[in-house]
Formats: sequence, C-alpha cells, structure tokens
Amino acid sequence: MFSTCSESAINTVFTAPSTVLTNRGEGYYRSLFEKCRNRLDVLKNESTSAYDFNLHETLELNDISRRDFLKWVSAATATLMLPAYFEPLVAEAAELMNRVPVIWIELQDCAGNSEALLRTASPTIDDLLFDIISLEYHETLMAAAGFQAEKQLEDGVNTFKGKYILFVEGSIPLAKNGIYGTIGAGGETFVEHLKRISNDAAAVIAVGACATFGGVPAAAPNPTGAVGVMDVVKGKPIINIPACPANPQNMIGVVLHFVLTGQIPELDHLYRPKFAFGYRIHDNCERRAHFDAGEFVEKWGDAGAKNNFCLYKMGCKGPMTFNNCSIIRYNEGANWPVGVGRGCIGCSEPDFWDKYAYERPMADAHIKAPTGGVEKTVDQFGMGLVTATAIGIGIHAFASATTGKKADEGDK
Amino acid sequence: MSKHIVIDPITRIEGHLRIEATLDDTGKVTEAFSSATMFRGIEEILKGRDPRDAGLLTMRICGVCTGTHYQRSIEAVEHAFKVNIPKNARLVRNLVQGALYVHDHTVHFYHLHGLDWVDVTAILKADPKKAVEVAKQYSDNPWNSSEGVYRAVQDRVAKFVKQGRLGIFGNGYWGNKAYKLSPEESLVIVSHYLDALQEQRDMARMMAIFGGKMPHPQSFVVGGVTCVQDIENPARIAEFKAHLKRAREFVKRAYIPDVLLAGKVYASEALAGEGGGLGSYMSYGDFRLDDNDFYKSAKLFPSGVVLNKDLSKVLELDQTKITEDVTHSWYKGSEVLHPLKGKTEPEYTGFAKKENGVAYLDTKGKYSWIKAPTYADNRVEVGPLARMVVGYAKGDKRIKEYVDGTFAALSKIVGMQVPLTALFSTVGRTAARAIETSMMSDVMMDWVDELAKNTASGDLSTWTEFNFDTVAKDAEGWGMAEAPRGALGHWVKIKDGKIENYQCVVPSTWNAGPRDTKGRPGAYEASLVGVKLSNPEQPLEILKTIHSFDPCIACAVHIVDTKGKKLGEFRVDPLSRSC
Repeated sequence: MFSTCSESAINTVFTAPSTVLTNRGEGYYRSLFEKCRNRLDVLKNESTSAYDFNLHETLELNDISRRDFLKWVSAATATLMLPAYFEPLVAEAAELMNRVPVIWIELQDCAGNSEALLRTASPTIDDLLFDIISLEYHETLMAAAGFQAEKQLEDGVNTFKGKYILFVEGSIPLAKNGIYGTIGAGGETFVEHLKRISNDAAAVIAVGACATFGGVPAAAPNPTGAVGVMDVVKGKPIINIPACPANPQNMIGVVLHFVLTGQIPELDHLYRPKFAFGYRIHDNCERRAHFDAGEFVEKWGDAGAKNNFCLYKMGCKGPMTFNNCSIIRYNEGANWPVGVGRGCIGCSEPDFWDKYAYERPMADAHIKAPTGGVEKTVDQFGMGLVTATAIGIGIHAFASATTGKKADEGDK
Repeated sequence: MSKHIVIDPITRIEGHLRIEATLDDTGKVTEAFSSATMFRGIEEILKGRDPRDAGLLTMRICGVCTGTHYQRSIEAVEHAFKVNIPKNARLVRNLVQGALYVHDHTVHFYHLHGLDWVDVTAILKADPKKAVEVAKQYSDNPWNSSEGVYRAVQDRVAKFVKQGRLGIFGNGYWGNKAYKLSPEESLVIVSHYLDALQEQRDMARMMAIFGGKMPHPQSFVVGGVTCVQDIENPARIAEFKAHLKRAREFVKRAYIPDVLLAGKVYASEALAGEGGGLGSYMSYGDFRLDDNDFYKSAKLFPSGVVLNKDLSKVLELDQTKITEDVTHSWYKGSEVLHPLKGKTEPEYTGFAKKENGVAYLDTKGKYSWIKAPTYADNRVEVGPLARMVVGYAKGDKRIKEYVDGTFAALSKIVGMQVPLTALFSTVGRTAARAIETSMMSDVMMDWVDELAKNTASGDLSTWTEFNFDTVAKDAEGWGMAEAPRGALGHWVKIKDGKIENYQCVVPSTWNAGPRDTKGRPGAYEASLVGVKLSNPEQPLEILKTIHSFDPCIACAVHIVDTKGKKLGEFRVDPLSRSC
C-alpha cells in the first residue's frame, strides 16, 4: 500500500498550514482588545472581591524589579499569541490575577502535575502562591489536613461560588460505583467529589494526561474504568491541558487568559487551548532538518544519535502529536524529550499509552490495542489508527538513505 | 473515655491516605490504622506490552519520586536480558537519580514536612535581628541570612495575612502547643521554605538536563541512556555541575542546620523515641559505584536487614523471605504468600459504619488497598532511616562518617552526648533523610567529574546492544534498589517479547501497609502508638510522625488483577545473583 503514495503526497502532509492562526488581522485584535479592556475594568471594580491588594506594592516590597515583571509580561503575551500592544493589558491582568481563586483537587493521580506546577519559573512558584493567584485548596501543598482541610475546601467553594477555577489532576474511576477512590472523612467517591466541587466552578481545567483523557489508569484494559473530567462534568466550560505532566507554562497561560478576557481560550476539538496545542511537535522540531534530509538515528547510541539525527525510526511520535514542547521545552527550557535523544511519546494525545508510547515507529509496534488484545502489525491493528501522516512519514523514512540495517529491533 | 479520630485527607503527601487513631484520656494514641483509599491497577495494564516500554509506563506510578520506577523497571528488564549498561549510562542514571534524592528530600523537608515543625504565623512576632543570631548557632555561614532578608520575609507573610485569605496556609494548626520553635527560629526556617521553592526548581533542572524533563524524565532505555548530545558537550556537564554546587550549598547551609535546629528543640521527643515504631529496618541497596553486573557491584547504600534496633547484627537480604498478606486489605484470600505468588483479586468491603457524615474503617476486617508485607515474618520499615541504620550497622565507612558527624554537631549544640538511639524516632527519621541528602550531594560531585573525564577521554558509548528477539523469548528479572522513600522492587516475567507478569513491591507498601494476618501493625501504625496529642481536634503530632516517612501512597496501591486471574507462577531465585 505504501507504493501508492508519492513524494507529492508526503509533501502535502508536511507543508499543510498549521491549524493555528498566528495572525488574525487587525480587526480581530482591536475588538479583542476592547473586550479585554472591559473585562479588566469589571474585575477591578468588583465589589465582592475578598481582597484589597495591590501587586505593584507587593513587587516593590519584595524587591522584584519592575523590569523583570515586564519581561515576564512580554513573554506571556507572546505565549498567548497576542500582538505586543496587548502587553499593558497582560500586565494589568497579572496584577488582577489574585482575584481569581483557584481550587486544585487530586483524584487518580501521581501528583506529577502538582510537581510540574512547583517548577514554574515565570512567574516563580512563590510569586504565584503569595502574590498572583489565591490557591484555596491544594492537598500536596496545604497546611491543613483532615477536617480542617475539608473545611478549607468548603469555605473556598462557598466564598467564591461561581468564580473559582477548578483544576483537576488525575482520572476518575467509574467501575463498581467509583469505589476505587474515596476522599474525606465521609468516604466520598472521587466521582461524587468531582461533581460536587465542580458544580460552583466558573470553569474546570483538567490538567495532565489522566484528568484530560484518562491517562495511565485508562490504558488497556482500564481496570478501574477510569475516565477524564469531560466524561463526568457536564454543563461547564472545560479546558483540557494534557501532557504527562502538563507544562506549567500552559497552566499559567490558561489562567492568565481567563483573567484577561473573562473567557476560556480558543480550544481545539479536544478542548485543548490552541495557543499551546495548535502546533505539531514535528513542525517546530530542532531535528526537523535531519528528517527532511533523510538522516535518522537507527539504533540508540549510534553515529546518528551522536549527530542528533531525527528520532522518527526510534519511535518518535512528534509527527502525530500536538503540543508546544518543541517551542518552550521543559524546566525553563532546560531540555525536552527530543533534545535528550529519546523522542516524543505523544503524551498530549488521547490514548497515547495504547497508540504511541513505544520506541518503534508505528508500523512495527508491539502495541496493546484498546480492545485489550495485543497486535503486531499495522495490518492486524487496522488502519483506523494510522493517519495519513503516519503513512507519509513511513514511506519517507523507508525511502531515505539508511545504513542498510534493520530499522529497529521490532522490525520483522 | 477513649476517642476515635479520623484524618482524611492526610495532606502534604503524594496520594490518598487516611489515618484513624484511638486516643486515651490523656490524648495519647493507643492504636492507629493506616488506609490507602485509591488504586489504579498498573501491573494489569502492563501485561501483554513490550518490556522495553514498561519503564515509561511504570514511572507514572508516582510523579513525586519520578524517575525511580522508570529506572527500576528498566533494570528489571536488563536483568532479565542479562544486559549490562556502559559506564556513561551508569553515571547518568546515578546523577539523575541522585538529583531526585536531593530535590525530593529538600522539597519534603520544607514544603511537605516543614509546617509540622514551624508555625508560620509565629514569625510575625519575631525580631529579625535576633533571627540572624539564631541562624549562626547552627551554621558558620547560614544561607541567605541577614536582618534585611528576614524582615522582607516577615513583611511578605504579613502582607499575605492582611489580605484576609491564607491560601495554602489557611486553617492550619497555628497556635498549637506542639509548635515549640521560637518566633526567631521559625522565621529562619520559613525564610528557607521560600528559598527552597526557588532552589528546588534548579535542582529539578539537573534532572531535566540529562533526563529531558522533570517530572517524568525520558532518556533511559533498556540497555542504557539516550542523552548523547548532553554528555558529549562539556558545557552541558558544567551546567549540571553548577546547579549541583548550588544545591549542595543549600543542603549544607540551610537544610542541615535547620534539621539540627529542629533536633535541638525537639531533643526530648527524640531521646524518648517518640514516633520510633517498629525498630526493624530493611534496605535493598543502590547506586552502583563500579561497572560490575548490577547485583555484584559495590553500592553507595548497602543492602541488609536490622531487627529490633540491634545494630550489632545485620541479616543479608534474601528476597525469598518477603511475603505479603491481604487479611486486612481489600483483596480476597488470607494466605501469607511471596508477593509474586499472591492472588490479588479485589474485594472492596467498604467502611464499617457511617455516623454524622463520618465514615469509619472496618479495622477488624479489611480496610486498605495496600497489602501487608513482611520480611522473614517481621514487619520492617524502609526509607532513608533504614538506609542509614543498615549502612551504619554494616560498618559502611562513608555512612558512618556522615551519621557520626551529624551527631557530633548535634551533641555540641545540645550540650550533651546525643546517643545514636535518638535515630529511632520521628526526629531521627527526618534527620536521617537530611544526612543522606548531604552525603548524596557530595558523592554526585565525584560522579559528575567522572562523567566529564570519561567522555573527554573519547568514550561516548551510551547503549549496550542486544538481540531483542533472542533475549526476550523467555526471561525473568528484577530491579531491586532504593527509591528516595525506601526499598523498591520491580519483577518482570517476559514471554515471546511480551510481558507475561509484572509486580512491584514499593516503599510505601512496607511503611503504610495495614495490620498483617497476625494482627501486627505496619510501620506507620506502629509509629503512632504513644504519640500524644496536645489538642485532639488538631492532630498535629500524628501528621508530623506520618510525614516523617514521606508518604507516597499512589506508589503503594496498584497491585491488582481485576479479573481475579491467578497470577503466573513466578520462580524467585535470588541467591544465584545476590542482591
């Protein structure tokens, strides 16, 4: 079947425009600017605010230079894909961020996203906690426990009814009436807990692979019947920030967008914000030139690996994956999975444990199908999972100059 | 009148944990029960997958001790395949795992455990000038210490309090009598709490440099590591070293002095052995110091078992002596079996009763998703304290030096000879973790130089080739080593290139497990007995003791076969390759 595809088909796949509009035209931005302006005025004059607090003052007090703050503002503006003249508005929004209370709950999770949040550099986590948001409830960080913790949660929900942003980390086990997860003195199941706490939220943000699409617990055969937030919470704005863990820059970006516009950011069909998930990893990959030149790592630690060649043949799923890690990377730009020579496992895509997370190209995967069976080849697995992109890349890879050895261990 | 209290959720931990305790008239705990309230079934998910992919998936057991399950899983598969990794790969793994220890222990002491020792609101009464003097008592060169710094911290917290809402500090046990630090002592530690929020980010960057990202690094593969471009560039190694140097400074000038401070203020609790619990300790050993086969190499932490606080005797580890039972766990059956022969069929029996909105565990029956493991019919504790105790008892020169050094410093501060038995307590458990962090930050300096030297000599090999089709036909292996929280084992059985059986027995299974079939308590449960609450409405002392273990509950709860299938027979043959 590969022979029916031509070079031109491959070119079509890889030259298709990105799904993100990086410039929407002056009219659009002008009207957005007005909307943001009004939104910020409303927030500023909000009489019910529990705060009397000024970030300017705090910044001076803490000896954080105004210049650092403005640097952060211009980076944040760029992340949100807004023109530079939005910077004053973004600065103002940051100063008002403390008026948006945040409640963070953990369900079937590994706390990886909480840990990721701790790594945020812009703003730093202490600025975030002390000066920017009001984190009403977060089990991994909060002082209170037991009844006092539950009371803190109640208090946050009641004080900020309809106004708080609910972050959810972890999937929700639905099998056997939800017995695979309980919380609180009353032994409430996770599903009851999520429904109750999301009821009065302004918006629900599912953070990480598990809360968005079920993640590891939902991998075949999904022993606990785990699902993501959008399968449980209905009638609320939901934003998915997937990846394992989610990049803290994208978490902050969503909160900032909410403050700035009073709305959730533009989302794709999987409820992912386009500013972060509108980019294909492959399109912005630092190793892309090697892909185009047909230069691939053929096995770990080979000459190609030492020359940072393309990792497609080692199972990189950058071509199937939408996320901005090839642009912003991780841990303040320290590195990312392609940089470290491993490749992408598609962790911001639904069902990636069953579809993408293996060190071989798709066609050679010994993958466990969502049905629970184990399949070996593309033919047996069915073409349903294999996108045109995958086929295109497959041919390109095979047609490219290789060392003449087997593509990898799984190649039969 | 005795009183039964329920604490759920236990916060500032990883995962979902409930503690129930019975108090006597004086507020002293007479019995306690530990219950994990969430599970996912990760081993079941692994069955049928390619063993080369297991590492990435098992890493998701925990996002806090991230990378540790990843490495264990890969070591288990390498053990099965009989693949030994190149020197560069060993050093990179040691450095990534070492960075995790430094990061994880620092975050634990300040952000998860710190608020059990320090009343944040007390610092508002502190005199910043005096705080400078306080800091000098515990370090010749205290971290970020000046009147101006302390005043700024005080102002920052004051401002925060003035807002009217305390955020993550809301509704804490502020004002409780069990907070014994003076306002100035509290101010020093709160100032480091804030500093540590910054430092931990850089500590995590160490892991990201060679791991790709943190949490959940991605550069380990069966046979080695992938980060060639990050080790062939001397500037990249230097970047790692710069972060390490700073982390080390923080550990020596903030973390260690603060633990000495807590040790002095809470010396009477330590000497009384409060929170000591089982008194039996186990370590699997970890961090290879040479390139011999994994289980034959010299290790930074030796393996062994010490029973009943008797440091004169160390039992050699024999994994066939590990058993688990499910008498009090939400699984069917009551036999005591080796974990790999255990049946793990869920049987959720729920709570015993609900009264006034409070549910109570069925403590006579089943009450946790964690099993109860034993070693040679002993309940044992694992973790940094176990590593220090086992290493000390084995006469490990390096461990002895660090432990003795810290005790000498503490004795000088307290003004009396503090006996080594003070280790067997809540304070001791916290101190052992700090001692280990200090040792790790020193040893890593050697490893990073060794890596630089090796790559500069032209050795850039990062991966050992193997023929997958041959080695994966029929194989079994295990990765038994040390996570930051203690002894961690992964076992894997591979058939025709796929995982046939996979089992993990993790640190928090040992520590957080419920009673066993003989009714003997697990490590958490034992440690709480005798702990006295100054205010039963504010179980601060219980939290302090539980946090001293650094609970990681998602790790402990994942062993399940939902279909109730009998798990494959698994022959364990530990003596041929002694651990």
